[in-house]
Amino acid sequence: MDILNALVAFLNFVFIPAAAYGAQLALGALGVTLIYGILRFSNFAHGDTMAFGAAMTIFATWALQAIGVSIYPLPTALLALPFGIAATALLALGTDRVVYRYYRQKKSDPIILVMASVGVMFIMNGLTRVLIGVDEIRFDDGARFVIDVRSFREWTGLTEGLALRTTQLITLVVAVLVVWALFWFLNRTRSGKAMRAYSDNEDLALLSGIDPERVVRMTWIIAAALATIAGALYGLDKAFKPFNYFQILLPIFAAAIVGGLGSPIGAIAGGFIVAFSEVAITYPWKKVAEYLGFDTGSAMLQLMSTEYKFAVSFVILIVVLLFRPTGLFRGKAY
Amino acid sequence: MATSRQAEAASPWRAPILLAVLVVLFVLEGTMRNALFSGSWNTSLAILNMGLISAIMALGVNMQWGYAGLFNSGVVGFLALGGLAPVLISVAPVQGAWSAGGLRVLAALVVGLGTLGLAAIVWRRLPKRSRVLGLLAVLIVGFVAYRWLFDPAVNAIEANQSAQFGNLGGLGLPVLLSWPVGAAFAAAAAWGVGKVALGLRSDYLAIATLGIGEIIVAVLKNEEWLARGVKNVTGIPRPVPYEINLQRDPAFIERAESWGMSVAELSGIWVKLCYAGLFIVVLLLLILLAELSLKSPWGRMMRAIRDNEVAAEAMGKDVTGRHLQIFVIGCAVIGLAGAMMITQDGLMAPTQYNPLRYTFLIWVMVIVGGSGNNWGAALGAILIWFLWIKVEVWGPQLIGFLTLPLPDGSLKQHLLDSSAHMRFIAMGLILLLVLRFSPRGLVPEK
Repeated sequence: MDILNALVAFLNFVFIPAAAYGAQLALGALGVTLIYGILRFSNFAHGDTMAFGAAMTIFATWALQAIGVSIYPLPTALLALPFGIAATALLALGTDRVVYRYYRQKKSDPIILVMASVGVMFIMNGLTRVLIGVDEIRFDDGARFVIDVRSFREWTGLTEGLALRTTQLITLVVAVLVVWALFWFLNRTRSGKAMRAYSDNEDLALLSGIDPERVVRMTWIIAAALATIAGALYGLDKAFKPFNYFQILLPIFAAAIVGGLGSPIGAIAGGFIVAFSEVAITYPWKKVAEYLGFDTGSAMLQLMSTEYKFAVSFVILIVVLLFRPTGLFRGKAY
Repeated sequence: MATSRQAEAASPWRAPILLAVLVVLFVLEGTMRNALFSGSWNTSLAILNMGLISAIMALGVNMQWGYAGLFNSGVVGFLALGGLAPVLISVAPVQGAWSAGGLRVLAALVVGLGTLGLAAIVWRRLPKRSRVLGLLAVLIVGFVAYRWLFDPAVNAIEANQSAQFGNLGGLGLPVLLSWPVGAAFAAAAAWGVGKVALGLRSDYLAIATLGIGEIIVAVLKNEEWLARGVKNVTGIPRPVPYEINLQRDPAFIERAESWGMSVAELSGIWVKLCYAGLFIVVLLLLILLAELSLKSPWGRMMRAIRDNEVAAEAMGKDVTGRHLQIFVIGCAVIGLAGAMMITQDGLMAPTQYNPLRYTFLIWVMVIVGGSGNNWGAALGAILIWFLWIKVEVWGPQLIGFLTLPLPDGSLKQHLLDSSAHMRFIAMGLILLLVLRFSPRGLVPEK
């Protein structure tokens, strides 16, 4: 029985990766849930907005690197984020002006807006591919590790090592800051309150003199910022590849629905629930069990192989739809 | 789903005109050799055949969207599931696979499905306090039993002649039989998803089908015992003659000579014409059935539900039940198309199932063709498929022409390299433009 080593193995292989991934999902799901709350449709283009934002951030990173700017040990991409956000926000506002506004004013069915978002998804996807290509890109300069396996072992004397990558720590720190800023904005500022009022009751908000177009514009800007940050962090952590952002759409939707569509706090909870279940179910628990003194024989104690991690988000989604379609935090379900 | 039902009646000539345009395009592709067209009947017919299969997919999507307003974003999954049927039905059995673990895998699958069924019963029957515990107990015991049966059986099957097979193999039955089986596979999966996601708000079905689509493709990629996963199954039997046999047939050689064509070319054309005939028969049969059902009381009810769910429900119609029905039927048609596609390719390669290509492109076909109109969806599918293939050729030429004045350099090279991705932008633009300016499509609903 070796509780310390078991704990370290758990932290290293389950907790830290799941926490970083959960933060990325939560930021993505926040964007989806905000769009849903204000504009009342599921935005299928969100994954590709993330990809576009990450691509713009990569371009800005390259430009900064070319002129020799560096904030070692942090990755340059952090400095490049504002440029990425600005470009993505412009694109989002442009698509709203050209595509979504028409259907909003016509009061079309939500499903028509979903369909339009599929068209936007195609265009954004193509745009990203044209601009940056389809290959995998690594853009995480700076120090690779905050804690690496060898120095952790020397420091503690344990047999099990622990690694904390810079990108994982940055992901968590940035996510906390962004969420704090978002909640401060939504709860403390006039604009944020206007957004929440509009989301709760559109007609009442209009009667009290809230400008709907302004609310919608702010929503797109915030959603674009969240998407860019989530996309860039995901790219820093894993590596940037445009197609991955289409695949992350399902866990993001699952996270938003688990928390309750339209509920920001729910999106964050949902992101972590999905991420932790995904990692816990696809991780082979053999090592941890052996440290705890169980003899597992040849069994890997892996509930599902990693290829099926998307099935985990799907099952969570199905369970929530079956038992609590409004999500854990009572989102909107009309 | 057409939003403007009061719009003026569209010209009845739209469908024939679109058909004529298509005929002209395919004839040009077959005869003209220039920058735009290949001038090869083989290419032209290959595009046509895949266009016909796309038309059947579009019919399935049109039933769901055009008749009922359901957004299925997992077309690729149902298509892939249908494609499994030719492998399991018509490929020759693998020696020793069934004795290695075939029955055990079947038992595992029965236990797995049985567990889910039992869990549903337990949840409904047990009193409120004990049902969570009961549900968990059933699921955990069921999962352990499933893995205990499944894992050794899979290892045994995959170890059996692993270099060449390593899978269960098929039943060795005629390949045409696999088409309805593929439809049944897709229908079964659709029933499961629809049961959960229908009756909630409309976006939920879209999100749930997105998930099931990804999962089915992942299963096909990873379960090697089933259809060899990414190692692909080749040599799936054909319902039509093989080129190589035609080329050895003296009567065929004579005919080729009398028509002044090379034997190789004519055999390719001949085989493709056989396929085209088969596909056209299936397509016309499906359109006939779809049109008849749409004009029946059932069809009127479907349209009434689509146009006003609340009113239809007040009239005593079971909206969720009808939605489930049309969703299952639509997915069955998509599964049929999947089986046909794999039969034509003679190859099961799960890596080809890309959602952009097989889900969202089909959607573009339906919206452009005319949602709610079967002829529109089918003709739109063939047109969009033709454009999708040709834009790959035309895009680089257009970019090449536009960049002529640019000096040679990295920018010009980058634009030329990326022109292959232009078709995503083109398709997105087409979808948005049609949705906005002509939401009823090229051939609107009557």
